Amino acid sequence: MSAETLAPDATDAQAAAGAGPEARQMDLLRFATAGSVDDGKSTLIGRLLYDTKSLFTDQLAAVEAVSAARGDEYTNLALLTDGLRAEREQGITIDVAYRYFATPRRKFIIADTPGHIQYTRNMVTGASTADLALILVDARKGLVEQSRRHAFLCSLLRVPHLVLCVNKMDLVDWSQEVFERIADEFTAFAAKLDVPDLTVVPISALKGDNIVARSENMPWYEGPSLLHHLERVHIASDRNLVDVRFPVQYVIRPQSTTVTDYRGYAGQVASGVLKAGDEVMVLPSGFTSRIASVETSDGPVDEAFPPMSVTVRLTDEIDISRGDMICRPNNAPTVAQDIEAMVCWMDETRPLQVGGKYAIKHTTRSARAIVRGLHYRLDINSLHRDETAGELKLNEIGRVRLRTTIPLLADEYRRNRTTGGFVIIDEATNRTVGAGMIVEAG
Amino acid sequence: MTAPAAYQVSHLDALEAESIFVMREVVAEMERPVLLFSGGKDSIVMLRLAQKAFAPANIPFPVMHVDTGHNFPEVLEYRDQRVAELGLQLIVASVPEALAKGLVRESADGMRNRIQTPVLLDAVEKHRFDALFGGARRDEEKARAKERVFSFRDEFGQWDPKNQRPELWALYNGRHHPGESIRVFPLSNWTELDVWHYIARERIPLPSIYYAHEREVIERDGMLYAVNEFFRARAGEVSFKAQVRYRTVGDASCTAAVRSDADTVEKVIEEVAATRITERGATRGDDRVSEAAMEDRKREGYF
Repeated sequence: MSAETLAPDATDAQAAAGAGPEARQMDLLRFATAGSVDDGKSTLIGRLLYDTKSLFTDQLAAVEAVSAARGDEYTNLALLTDGLRAEREQGITIDVAYRYFATPRRKFIIADTPGHIQYTRNMVTGASTADLALILVDARKGLVEQSRRHAFLCSLLRVPHLVLCVNKMDLVDWSQEVFERIADEFTAFAAKLDVPDLTVVPISALKGDNIVARSENMPWYEGPSLLHHLERVHIASDRNLVDVRFPVQYVIRPQSTTVTDYRGYAGQVASGVLKAGDEVMVLPSGFTSRIASVETSDGPVDEAFPPMSVTVRLTDEIDISRGDMICRPNNAPTVAQDIEAMVCWMDETRPLQVGGKYAIKHTTRSARAIVRGLHYRLDINSLHRDETAGELKLNEIGRVRLRTTIPLLADEYRRNRTTGGFVIIDEATNRTVGAGMIVEAG
Repeated sequence: MTAPAAYQVSHLDALEAESIFVMREVVAEMERPVLLFSGGKDSIVMLRLAQKAFAPANIPFPVMHVDTGHNFPEVLEYRDQRVAELGLQLIVASVPEALAKGLVRESADGMRNRIQTPVLLDAVEKHRFDALFGGARRDEEKARAKERVFSFRDEFGQWDPKNQRPELWALYNGRHHPGESIRVFPLSNWTELDVWHYIARERIPLPSIYYAHEREVIERDGMLYAVNEFFRARAGEVSFKAQVRYRTVGDASCTAAVRSDADTVEKVIEEVAATRITERGATRGDDRVSEAAMEDRKREGYF
């Protein structure tokens, strides 16, 4: 038998229910969850997976068996995400766990960040790619220090949508008053943080109220259920379609007798819309040209926009390599070696120090950098700025001035999460030790 | 500003774009990448993504098959045909050869899943590969749910789950010292159903064993194993014919089939969408050893 004869009929495949229009039109929402185990976060995630039929019977059986063996009084859904041996032994969550579920409208990727150990580092990691962040509070306790910290980190990472779930409403007699007090307090706090979109939902993750369907126990709540909101929150306009930024990732030049003189610039569109005929500028050289075509392996496309991975060809032969950026002559990032950034430090062994030298990766460009100054360290609970700080330790955040060996092609992070973010790497250990968000370049 | 509907991308397009980005990143930054190709559906999808990432140029790295010697003939045939079509260099890291040389010893239960790890690591060292593409997905298993897209391995190929590099935005850190390597998982964010939707959309041919067919099987521990030269009936076990298909393709001595009538890709999609058991839970004897079987193998250098 040959592989060809084994291929199922493609026409049938196109018509199939699961492969048909329904599956094609689903989009993708990435969200981060924050909260401690006590807030019922694992129960909520378990509930979302279970109610969307994304939790499998063998997974559930394994969790039930381990729960029973440990003497837990109830099936501990935290064990679904706490998969590592060390985690189960110590009863803690070490790392960001990724979970997946889908409804006919959307595929969801959950970055589940643990509540305690190395909290900030994990939350920042999970939030960096999130379209939405979900913060849980216990209705009996109201906002705690951690809730404010979560909200602050979401705003620092510019997560466009925030959802506060007031959980365990069943334990406060489904009280509208309790809910509104917490919602008002959080809304007031979020207003100081520049959170673009906030939704507050009263839920009971344990009982399933307002998770998939609207709760009958809280008729006073007129908003959507959590899943309804997650399925419909409008994320397409979160992308920046204005500023054309195409970091060149790789130059495709086939060494082939059939394809000759081909030179294409491969990359993923960071922002803006690119199309054939557009006048473009290439940085850092500043040369200008026009787009001859925008291609994928399936042929030319009319337009490319985020997050498409494409190959751009230009009408002129100019010297372009990895790390260069294609933009527009009248709308370009700043070409700068002096960078002001908020930095979250992620290394437990050595703190960030003024004078320290590191490698940094920004878009597809790598450089070395020296820390010229630390303006202040931010207390993420009080938002107080400590201007006497001399270093940043693990999980600390501060405003830093960097000088790079080669210019970065940079935008403010608040304007562009792709061309505004960078990571700091220790040149001796090769570990990723920090995350930076550009405040000002040049 | 509200984006017109035309600027929307489907979840499959978003996943494809992310995977292509990851593959290009590896080729741009690493010295000697290789793609692990088992002839399983995930590695087949990965190979298609590699084609797309570098077109119209050829795939700029070789593929490697870690051959346990317990193969499904349909899969080997598929492997050789695909490699020839794409003009790829195929490296076979052979467990039977390693057994003959005394590099590894057969385990008591006859399963070769564990002993393929030293064979893989030996080939990595010999060819000085510094980046290995694997088709593992985070939805497969809970130890994998915490794996990075760029997963650092020390000079022994070991994974240390407590010492992983934070992975922010799309900024992957592939830096390493000589002898160390990075396992790269371009399909990290895909689910089994996404893979099947993509196979349907891209009309990707698969080895025939992924579709329903009649086979002589034995039921053991609630799983259906094909009777073949690597898997024999024990006393008291009676083989019978059943309509089955494979959800995963691994070592033929520990990969089980599932009862299925799904003989086309659309029927498989319907079946996968409705199933209530994970693919590894339904088909892999090797994961049933203990609660942390996968984690333990990964620490030793397994994928």
